[in-house]
Amino acid sequence: MEYIMLFISSSLVNNFILIRFLGICPFMGVSRSINVSVSISLAIMFVMTASSSATWLVYRLVLVPLGIQFMQTVVFILIIASLVQFVEMAIEKTSPQMHVALGIYLPLIATNCAVLGIALINAQDNRGFLEMLVFTIGSAAGMGVAQVLFAGIRERVSFSDVPQAFKGMPIAFISAGILAIAFMGFAGLVK
Amino acid sequence: MLKQALKTLREGIFDNNPTLKQYLGMCPALAVSTSVANALGMGLATTAALVVGCTSVSIFKNSIPRKIRLPVYLVMISGLVTVIQLLMNAYWHGLYKMLGIFIPLIVINCIMLFRSESFALKNGVFISFVDALANGLGFTLALVLMGAIREIVGNGTLLGAPIVTTMPKTLIFLLPPGGFLVVGFLVAGYGYIYKKIGGK
Repeated sequence: MEYIMLFISSSLVNNFILIRFLGICPFMGVSRSINVSVSISLAIMFVMTASSSATWLVYRLVLVPLGIQFMQTVVFILIIASLVQFVEMAIEKTSPQMHVALGIYLPLIATNCAVLGIALINAQDNRGFLEMLVFTIGSAAGMGVAQVLFAGIRERVSFSDVPQAFKGMPIAFISAGILAIAFMGFAGLVK
Repeated sequence: MLKQALKTLREGIFDNNPTLKQYLGMCPALAVSTSVANALGMGLATTAALVVGCTSVSIFKNSIPRKIRLPVYLVMISGLVTVIQLLMNAYWHGLYKMLGIFIPLIVINCIMLFRSESFALKNGVFISFVDALANGLGFTLALVLMGAIREIVGNGTLLGAPIVTTMPKTLIFLLPPGGFLVVGFLVAGYGYIYKKIGGK
């Protein structure tokens, strides 16, 4: 039950993109069509889960015993960058089909603020391994939901008559604002 | 030299404003612009990191092999940001608490990566320094503007001093959706003014 609550709170109530403002770049830049946003969401979920498990282990087993938690940013960046490179090579070898679908997004994800952000939040919040895993998958799922919803909205907006000054990005920001208001309705669902 | 520096300065602050024109570094811009003080703190911290980071990228551009340049830069910049983070924790603890994880996230701020890849890597040390400064100031300016709007409309204050007392406070502008709405209108306004004065 506790884990279900944690999942709901991380995916909907504290949505990574719309409430915590992490990972806006792919949200604004890539989410023009629903298909693309589904594949990038899956890629992000995969990388986030792998990298937060790795950073959690290194933080707990290396940084905390040595008392050098202030080095976390440098260490996490290195882990994430090398992990993404490794994942890309592994996918290329094992499943060329998946590489075609996800490959171009992987280098982008290495420098995504959501991936480093979740590693830092996990280090800060002092969670156990299983809780951390649920929290990470929940956050990534929430990002996926927001991204797919937003892609749908943008597909509709592109056919509507928008005032000249608001064409393009301004109207995208405003529709994201309205989507964020809708997501605020989840507040209070989990204490 | 001076003319080129002035042109770079103008481009970074206005013509190619990183936030309002290129939509770079949106995450910190939306998250910390709830008050002018926070916006200013974040803007200046980012500017400091940008100036030192881009200048050192420009200095070392010939001694780092091209293939591994990205990890090298990331480590260099994250060391720098760690220093800034420790300094802020020691001297401006309140601000450090407010900005939270967005200080370490300066490392992978898109402005940082974009400026070092597209400018500092190809240009001289001095002009890279000017470019970094201009982009940092442009980012700070956009952030302070957003912070001012959100603080006045959402809380009726500016830098903590009460300004609007007759109007009810509109809380939504301090909450996350307000960030998206304000930046939407700001980008539209910037585009309108830019077109009026003859930009493309």
